[in-house]
Amino acid sequence: MTAFYLGLASFLLITLAAGMWRILRGPSQADRMLAAQLFGTTAVAILLVLAQAMEQAALRDVSLVFALLAAVTVVAFVRRAWPPMIEETGEDA
Amino acid sequence: MLSQIATILLLLAGAAFFLAGTLGLLRFPDVYTRLHALTKADNVGLGLIVLGLALQAESWTAIGKMTLIWLLVLIASATGAHLVAQGALRKKIRSWKP
Amino acid sequence: MEAMIQPLGLALDGLLALTLLWLAWRVLASADLFKSIVFFIAFGLVMALIWVRLGAPDVALAEAAIGAGLTGALFLAALSRLRQGEEGMANGTHLRRANGLRFGAQAALIGLLIALFLALGFALLSLQNEAPGLSREVADMLPASGVSNPVTAVLLNFRAYDTLLEMGVLLLAVIAAWSLSAAPKEAVDAPGPVLGGFVRLLLPPMILVSSYLLWVGAYAPGGAFQAGAVLAAAAVLLLLSGRSPRASGWLGWPLRVILSLGLAVFIAIGLALTFAGRLFLDYPPDEAGNIILVIEVVATVSIGATLAALFAGGRPQQDKRE
Repeated sequence: MTAFYLGLASFLLITLAAGMWRILRGPSQADRMLAAQLFGTTAVAILLVLAQAMEQAALRDVSLVFALLAAVTVVAFVRRAWPPMIEETGEDA
Repeated sequence: MLSQIATILLLLAGAAFFLAGTLGLLRFPDVYTRLHALTKADNVGLGLIVLGLALQAESWTAIGKMTLIWLLVLIASATGAHLVAQGALRKKIRSWKP
Repeated sequence: MEAMIQPLGLALDGLLALTLLWLAWRVLASADLFKSIVFFIAFGLVMALIWVRLGAPDVALAEAAIGAGLTGALFLAALSRLRQGEEGMANGTHLRRANGLRFGAQAALIGLLIALFLALGFALLSLQNEAPGLSREVADMLPASGVSNPVTAVLLNFRAYDTLLEMGVLLLAVIAAWSLSAAPKEAVDAPGPVLGGFVRLLLPPMILVSSYLLWVGAYAPGGAFQAGAVLAAAAVLLLLSGRSPRASGWLGWPLRVILSLGLAVFIAIGLALTFAGRLFLDYPPDEAGNIILVIEVVATVSIGATLAALFAGGRPQQDKRE
């Protein structure tokens, strides 16, 4: 089972790495932020799988903290850092 | 043995949702559709993985903690999706038309 | 199946390392600051996973709380202030690309980097297999430390000086930030039902998890810094949702007391021990557990307030009564 867990964690990590294309590409800042949010959830999943694979219950606490703070950056983005009207296109420019 | 097979199936199904979420993030044409793809990974993908791991968990507290984590991610992703979509609408980011 | 564990673990670790390096490069090389910030948030996530694989869940926990929750929000707030300062300038938040180096200079630089990489790799490979470090000494002294988590024992007992000085550094950081400018008056609109409800729903579990991390630090990964960071994230959410404590009396001396409480109690305990005939911060083994708990509780509150104050970004301005 441990081998399966490790393989699954690697697979999830690959999907996370693939998602970085969206940060690179944008086009809007919201798209980049969405990628970061997906990464957060993927990291939670990877940590839960690793907690089982490495038999370390403490890793669930790490993923608990990730889950608890997942929204802080998104809220900060929406409330503070999203510029009012600079990017109207929302399409690949 | 049976529980191990169930775990493997559930985890694979969860991973499939994460793959779908990433594909959607990469391939969908605008913010709104990408949000739609994303929340599937948050909700169903993580849910299936938690369910699969819960079958192998060593104690009830571990199951409880994983359920709590899933609920927190659900709340966070729903709120985040709402805020981003509302913000995008207010900033008049156009939605994709085929 | 068993034979697969090692290669799969290696594949996972290699993938993590490559991703981290690529992210670090993108953080530094992106011309768009916003892009850099998002890459940095991803960098924090991957870094936490790497700490996990290196067998350091304590550090992973701190990275998760500070990297995922706080620095991202801190940078985003800083970026919005940068923009306000540069309003009117086209592409104010874009760093201008450095004028390209000549091809020869580039080649020389790349050659130098490769040589450095090879030299470091050689140095790493020629190291002794496993440096024993001080883990045996720590394990021997653990019963006298008052806690059973070796990391907490080192941080708050064996090397309590380090933690004392770190608390001092945090306090100095706030003093520096406050002396630079007053906190910006953000025109924060009402949070709306969803964000308002979300914050109301999430605050109790955040405070609960913070206390849990503080308590669990005595025998498992956790402790004051992690707990304080979660507490600070709760405060940041409150500030972001527009529930600013500006009008209340909290921003005057009560905030200053809370900010300095951790350091003050730490020093007071150290001095009390010297008056009792021991060395500074040399806890008696019977009371060490309780002393560490007291220090960690006040440190958690102070760290939380400090990080939140840094997010607020300057001296608090109180609304004057009309």
